[in-house]
Amino acid sequence: MPAYSGGRVLLIARLLKNDRGGQVFLALLVATLIAVPILHAMPEASPWHLPTYAVTLLGKYLTYALLAIAVDLVWGYLGILSLGHGAFFALGGYAMGMYLMRQIGDRGVYGNPDLPDFMVFLNWHELPWFWHGFDSFPFALLMVGLAPGLLAFVFGFLAFRSRVTGVYLSIITQALTYALMLAFFRNEMGFGGNNGLTDFKDILGFSLQADSTRIGLFLASGIALMLGYLSCRAIVISRLGRVAAAIRDSEDRTRFIGYRVEYVKLAIFTFSAVLAGIAGALYVPQVGIINPSEFSPLNSIEIVIWVALGGRATLYGAVLGALGVNYAKTVFTAALPDAWLFALGAMFVLVTLFLPRGVAGLLRRRKKAVVKVTPAVEEIAP
Amino acid sequence: MRLVLCLILLLPGLLCAAEVETGDAGLDAAFAQIMDSDFELKAQGIDALAATGHPKAEALLNGLFDGNLRLHRKTDRLVWAVDADGGYAITDVFSGEDLGIESSRKVRKLPINNEVRVRIQAALAALDLNSPEATRRLAAVESMLTRPDPAETAGLKARLAVETDPAVRAALEIALAVVRLGDADAEQRLDAIAALHGRLEPAVRNALQRVADADREDAVRAAASAELVRIDRENERNAMLETLFFGLSAGSVLVLAAIGLAITFGVMGVINMAHGELIMLGAYTTYLIQQAMPTLPGLSLALAIPAAFIVSGLVGIAIERGVIRFLYGRALETLLATFGISLVLQQLVRTLISPQNVPVENPEFMSGLWQINPVLSLTYNRLYIFLFSLVVFAALFVVLKKTRLGLEVRAVAQNRAMARAMGVRSERVDALTFGLGSGIAGVAGVALSQLTNVGPNLGQSYIVDSFMVVVFGGVGNLWGTLVAGLSLGVANKVLEPWSGAVLAKILVLVFIILFIQKRPRGLFPQKDRAAEV
Amino acid sequence: MAFAAKIRQLSLVMAAAGGLALSLTAQAEDTIKVGVLHSLSGTMAISETTLKDTMLMLIDEQNKKGGLLGKKLEAVVVDPASNWPLFAEKARELIAKDKVSAVFGCWTSVSRKSVLPVFEELDSLLFYPVQYEGEESSKNVFYTGAAPNQQAIPAVDYLMDKGVTRWVLAGTDYVYPRTTNKILEAYLKAKGVAAEDILINYTPFGHSDWQSIVADIKKFGSAGKKTAVVSTINGDANVPFYKELGNQGIAATDIPVVAFSVGEEELSGIDTKPLVGHLAAWNYFMSVDAPANDEFIEAWQSFIGNDKRVSNDPMEAHYIGFNMWVKAVEKAGTTDPDKVGEALIGVAVPNLTGGYSAMMPNHHITKPVLIGEIQDDGQFQVVWKTSGLVAGDAWSDFLPGSKDLISDWRAPLSCGNYNVKTAKCSGQNF
Repeated sequence: MPAYSGGRVLLIARLLKNDRGGQVFLALLVATLIAVPILHAMPEASPWHLPTYAVTLLGKYLTYALLAIAVDLVWGYLGILSLGHGAFFALGGYAMGMYLMRQIGDRGVYGNPDLPDFMVFLNWHELPWFWHGFDSFPFALLMVGLAPGLLAFVFGFLAFRSRVTGVYLSIITQALTYALMLAFFRNEMGFGGNNGLTDFKDILGFSLQADSTRIGLFLASGIALMLGYLSCRAIVISRLGRVAAAIRDSEDRTRFIGYRVEYVKLAIFTFSAVLAGIAGALYVPQVGIINPSEFSPLNSIEIVIWVALGGRATLYGAVLGALGVNYAKTVFTAALPDAWLFALGAMFVLVTLFLPRGVAGLLRRRKKAVVKVTPAVEEIAP
Repeated sequence: MRLVLCLILLLPGLLCAAEVETGDAGLDAAFAQIMDSDFELKAQGIDALAATGHPKAEALLNGLFDGNLRLHRKTDRLVWAVDADGGYAITDVFSGEDLGIESSRKVRKLPINNEVRVRIQAALAALDLNSPEATRRLAAVESMLTRPDPAETAGLKARLAVETDPAVRAALEIALAVVRLGDADAEQRLDAIAALHGRLEPAVRNALQRVADADREDAVRAAASAELVRIDRENERNAMLETLFFGLSAGSVLVLAAIGLAITFGVMGVINMAHGELIMLGAYTTYLIQQAMPTLPGLSLALAIPAAFIVSGLVGIAIERGVIRFLYGRALETLLATFGISLVLQQLVRTLISPQNVPVENPEFMSGLWQINPVLSLTYNRLYIFLFSLVVFAALFVVLKKTRLGLEVRAVAQNRAMARAMGVRSERVDALTFGLGSGIAGVAGVALSQLTNVGPNLGQSYIVDSFMVVVFGGVGNLWGTLVAGLSLGVANKVLEPWSGAVLAKILVLVFIILFIQKRPRGLFPQKDRAAEV
Repeated sequence: MAFAAKIRQLSLVMAAAGGLALSLTAQAEDTIKVGVLHSLSGTMAISETTLKDTMLMLIDEQNKKGGLLGKKLEAVVVDPASNWPLFAEKARELIAKDKVSAVFGCWTSVSRKSVLPVFEELDSLLFYPVQYEGEESSKNVFYTGAAPNQQAIPAVDYLMDKGVTRWVLAGTDYVYPRTTNKILEAYLKAKGVAAEDILINYTPFGHSDWQSIVADIKKFGSAGKKTAVVSTINGDANVPFYKELGNQGIAATDIPVVAFSVGEEELSGIDTKPLVGHLAAWNYFMSVDAPANDEFIEAWQSFIGNDKRVSNDPMEAHYIGFNMWVKAVEKAGTTDPDKVGEALIGVAVPNLTGGYSAMMPNHHITKPVLIGEIQDDGQFQVVWKTSGLVAGDAWSDFLPGSKDLISDWRAPLSCGNYNVKTAKCSGQNF
């Protein structure tokens, strides 16, 4: 990306040029970020009052949205269908979880200042080596990016170099997250097994149960989503992004032209994994638990579905999908506890059939009043 | 009075003892103990019953063991109870009088526990030892060999003196040789070790181990040790064979689960996330058919195979016609739609049948095991399912390679436009192909119902593994699926004893990831372009 | 026929789906709301849907008796879908949005761990009905299932008494089996069992291929010593495990298997003929001969409209927990969680085995321990029973980390994990 020293506003303006959806989305996001703390501060009796419960829920949705953007970046713009992005998300979450565990200190149920509770009751005597350093927030932050980034880098390096593509790549990303899930389930691994990491007390000295911390985390998630969106936009409209789109549309041709396809793929894949990791790190303090089921292959498939539902290769569509599906889930599981899977399942089928470009495609079509539906999503280039 | 006492003493779950009139003093005394709520006394009662030598003793012991011998509450009579409409048809044990049908609450089982069961088995074996049928005598001796009891030695010796059947004689000599290992005379012990040569029974090994560890004579210890080395070598060989069988069996399950996917995903390129649920439908079909004919588990299983093929096949065709046909050329979107369908199918089963698992019975021929030698045995259900998977594979192979449909399927998969130009009705072929793959998934469900849970989650537990197998084998290649499934099964089972079940699975997954790096198109890469998705 | 009824039920549900959420907002204000937090979809639905139905039945019956404090009870059912973070979200929703007075729910330990901080933060009550690994005592949670000393240790004692000297501890690889096996291992060694006579084996969730493990058990058991298997294998993996046991011919008379997670409901998915004599340790069996139990089973079968439906131990735990809550609310005269929580300690209500269970100061309850043998009809026959009631112990005496901890939520101490050595109370979230 060329250096553009026209100030931040200009940079943002440039990034969002020709991205009407993105402009609307960011405007809405900023509005939400401002409105939520105000509404939350309203007196409880007021009809405008936003309960803490809703703030945390919104915060959680925003982290999902960031995760969806990360998937859209590799799927929509690079053509890699990753069925394993849940793994990067979970690794980021674990890194944050480990920091939060260390913050408990001697306030655990056993009052052991050196070991987390689950290690005490499984008779561990000392902290495993990979837990060292997580007392420090900066180190944990580093690991939030490094752990998923490194995994993505090594995995991508091997896979892209060997030119594993298409379904083969999708399935081995699934194998990756499946293997990690089984590994993290093992209690010998030292990550708390099936129960994972829970019972967090505070972050940076602020109690996680305090409303102000929740607002803070919500804002952090919103800002991360905003930055994530902008950086993905930056990649997409850069030369790197155009090569990526070329790879998506015809990998061999791009390679013959002389691009080192595997490096482009590796760079974007790794970046996307880091983004997913950050989403995970923000997710964990808000939901209060991280455990291996986050690695489950079905979770990763669900992320892909958010993106597809919202509309591939639009970025804001991914956000739309993540928010929409998760909101639907929240509503359905309470209103129709016995039948919500019918509703959700039907939604997936109907959207695929009737909205091949996702909800974002619908919005776009309305605007341009284009009636013709072309089947190939690949045609929607940024 | 007794009633009052009973009420006072009544402990929940343990019923009050009743007295029965049998018309025989010895039996009366034995049953007084058997009817007691204390299991120790019950066990003594069993021995007493066996010792009466009453002509009905054996039948009574069997009845106690199986639970057919019951107490009629109203009359305190011992009765034979047979399942009937509205309860049990009961007949008096001693008079043979037909007492009609009583509701199940009115005929009480005589509670027994494991100790009592062991005593009954021992008593029956002791009675069988002098049975007129050679096969039963042989079984009795063999059961004593697995559970050696010094108290039985006299009985064995007495039998050997009069035994004429060579097989029973041989077994008796082995059993007595185990006893002779503890003889005071060193010659006898050496002789016993020689007599035990070639035997693999764990009881023999344990007895030899004791001799090798603690015998007073060096020569005896050495002989026993030499025999132990031989047994261990033999055991190791058997263990290897066993692991191989376990692996092939685990692999055959993978093959069965994946082979339908090899069609829908491998040949047609549909990322069919509902594949697991099609398997589940097959398993539920088995359950429903079995419910319809509860007395014929064997026949219902046989019927379930075509039925499951049809049910899953039709559902598959419905999915193809209703959803997937609009998505050709957008392979990745089939993932979405079929994922939605899988959610709906799961919840449908939960709502229509039950969120709980349902029981599917194994017919007689699918139960039990084939004892090849005392340390190597293969279970029949695994064996049949292994063979079944090969049959399914062969059938599918023939359909694809030798029939017109197969030809059309391959033609459409390779080049849809060209196939259409040649007059192939590609729409019909698509529907039938998807139906075929789905039907095969249903058939796999029948097999799985014999091994594992039949519940709404059945499909989910196989879907990831199925995709792994197809991709590892090479998309679009049936042979690949077969080889991949079997080899992953064997790899898993070879690793398992060494690393534990969890780690074995992780290692296999890592292996797949690395293998795909080496061969990015799987074990048997497809040469044409059908596999490009 | 039942099937037709199901179809009707399904069509009703679908119709309800049409008219959705908004219509549900208008509700009568004058009810006491009770949250039901059990998975109705996903992997745990197999076990948890039954408990949801149990709660609906109990609430229904209480309403027939005139409700509580002059108000009707209203069940608020949500589906956390076997998804652990969703459990926390739904718990928050029940407490903060629906304003329920108490929540009955969770099955797996991880789901309880996930909602625990929410209950502590928002100060509400959770009744947890499943046997678990112990090592926890929260001000806001009432544990009506068994702690390890109410299930595992008596079962091992029973088998030792029967001459078992060699032990296989087989479990699913998660916290409950790990902790239970740690406790049992320490206990067995304290009783003089040699290390080589204990085999510990862990398998993943939903493990379905038991050939090698069952073969190993068979080999381990053929060493000439009486061997038993203590199984903490989790729900779904049990069916293939028992099928394999039956097929490989391991009879209860050779190597008995005693299970802590297999009840009537799990057995209803298996053909039990080859399994007769294998054992389970629980605090309740459906076959228990007690008037309260007969009444309960009758009510349950007529509520669910199926006279073949079984009852099981966690259902009894909910029965006890719900009645305790009702009694405590009546005693406190309010549904305020703090007051009810205080009133709960010491409350005693009838259990289904013919006695009374009382809430202890450590938020665990007293229960009888029963050992049953599997019968060919899928039921258990009680073969042994503790002479009295056993009080649940939150902190095991056999784990080095927890042997100095006690829990007492009554006034002066008011602490769930008080270390008697250091005289400190740690890990409290309120």
